[in-house]
Amino acid sequence: MRPGLRRIWGLMYRHLALYRRSWPRMLELAYWPVLQMCIWGFTARFLAARMGNPGLIAGATLLGGVLLWEVTLRSQMGMSISFLEEIWSRNLGHVFVSPLRPFELIAALIGMSVIRMLLGVMPAILLAWGLYAFNLFTLGPVLILFFINLMIMGWAVALGVVSLILRHGSGAEPLAWGVLFGLAPFSAVFYPVSVLPAFVRPLAYALPTTHVFEGMRAALSQGTIRWDHLAAAFGLNLIWLAGAAWLFARQFHAARVSGALIAIGE
Amino acid sequence: MNAIETEHLTKRYGPVLAVDDIGFAVPAGSTTGLLGGNGAGKTTTIAMLLGLLVPTAGRIAVLGHDMARDRFAALARMNFSSPYVALPSRLTVRENLIVYGHLYDVRGVSDRIAALARELDLGPILDRPAGQLSAGQKTRVALAKALINRPDVLLLDEPTASLDPDTGDLVRTWLEQYRAETGCTILLASHNMAEVERLCSDVVMLKQGRVVDRGTPAALLARYERQDLESVFLDIARDRRQAVPA
Repeated sequence: MRPGLRRIWGLMYRHLALYRRSWPRMLELAYWPVLQMCIWGFTARFLAARMGNPGLIAGATLLGGVLLWEVTLRSQMGMSISFLEEIWSRNLGHVFVSPLRPFELIAALIGMSVIRMLLGVMPAILLAWGLYAFNLFTLGPVLILFFINLMIMGWAVALGVVSLILRHGSGAEPLAWGVLFGLAPFSAVFYPVSVLPAFVRPLAYALPTTHVFEGMRAALSQGTIRWDHLAAAFGLNLIWLAGAAWLFARQFHAARVSGALIAIGE
Repeated sequence: MNAIETEHLTKRYGPVLAVDDIGFAVPAGSTTGLLGGNGAGKTTTIAMLLGLLVPTAGRIAVLGHDMARDRFAALARMNFSSPYVALPSRLTVRENLIVYGHLYDVRGVSDRIAALARELDLGPILDRPAGQLSAGQKTRVALAKALINRPDVLLLDEPTASLDPDTGDLVRTWLEQYRAETGCTILLASHNMAEVERLCSDVVMLKQGRVVDRGTPAALLARYERQDLESVFLDIARDRRQAVPA
């Protein structure tokens, strides 16, 4: 294995070893996605029973929105919380004096984000299938493209959170849990962008997630793939990720200048 | 040849001058003590040597690598131990050493861990969580982590702090043996003057961010006309006595 890959694997192994011996951490991964699916699953069933076919479509849109939003949320939290684990264990000093490059640290956090997201979201997807007869995989191969875009958006936001933690220390920790909820109303997760006030729509269209959810609704209700929305999501994700990487590099350097890396847990 | 070289090294935090234009060299294969009271600039200097902190001015070279431009090449051949930086407490000792074995790209990491376990008597605690160890055991584990990559330069920040005399002596004996066998360069920050006298061939005295004296322990004792390094330390810290000109 190449040295860079070994270092990335080393940091991932540290987190996997932690999860292996901590069932509360494993449980926490799937707890909220499954709980969300239970609440919205029964809501969708209620809508279908009352409204017939339109209710079925609305219910499917609701469940699709819940599951795909969890992909973004769990990707973001998976990355941010893995970084926080290093702070909580007062281990960052050792990590940053090892030959691990900053981009390798990010790669390891992304790796953990993917694993955490899959462990969190897959039980909810299976629950939706078993309990509410909603099979997300009927979206077809385009689902993979949706997943990729939603994960990248989550990583971009997580990099921003990590940058703020580097700058402001543990005072910025709560952002790891809450920051993405602030984008949910503008991401048009459960309703089309046309519902939003006109002055908010440009903001909504600047979010990659909005294009994914617009694409999801088109696939579920009309059976069509909106390549224009997918292209916009990929393009915007590139911009968001580049911006977040720039912010991280800047804050990492600033932390090395100010000494924040030494006292980051305080 | 010098393993560590610093020139005009300065670190300023806003109005506070933590390290003030210091310069020193650590010969390869030697053990050098970095001494000074609290706030003298030892930790800041070590953090700059490790690349954790960017100097305000000055230059650092470790093993011939300029730390401003090429720090990762040097870091692969260095390591660090401090009782104030922990290892993940829920991971076992073995898991922690595997993690750092990978981070330092150690080939045959299982064999290396087995060798360190023999040398540092870690066998009985290898599969125990790091958070459940005594202070002495944690120190030995921290040393094992610091030696996992067979470093050419080892930075130790108070390696025997909070250890009982017996365990402290074992650690010091082991460090002496390791340096003699491998030719490793050790930079040691310590408040234990007996430890410094025993281990160090050279001492750098810091006060208020400046190098105020340096030399072999014997030379310092002669210069200050003292019987032990602790008295020399107090003379410097309290401005009690100037060195006697040679």
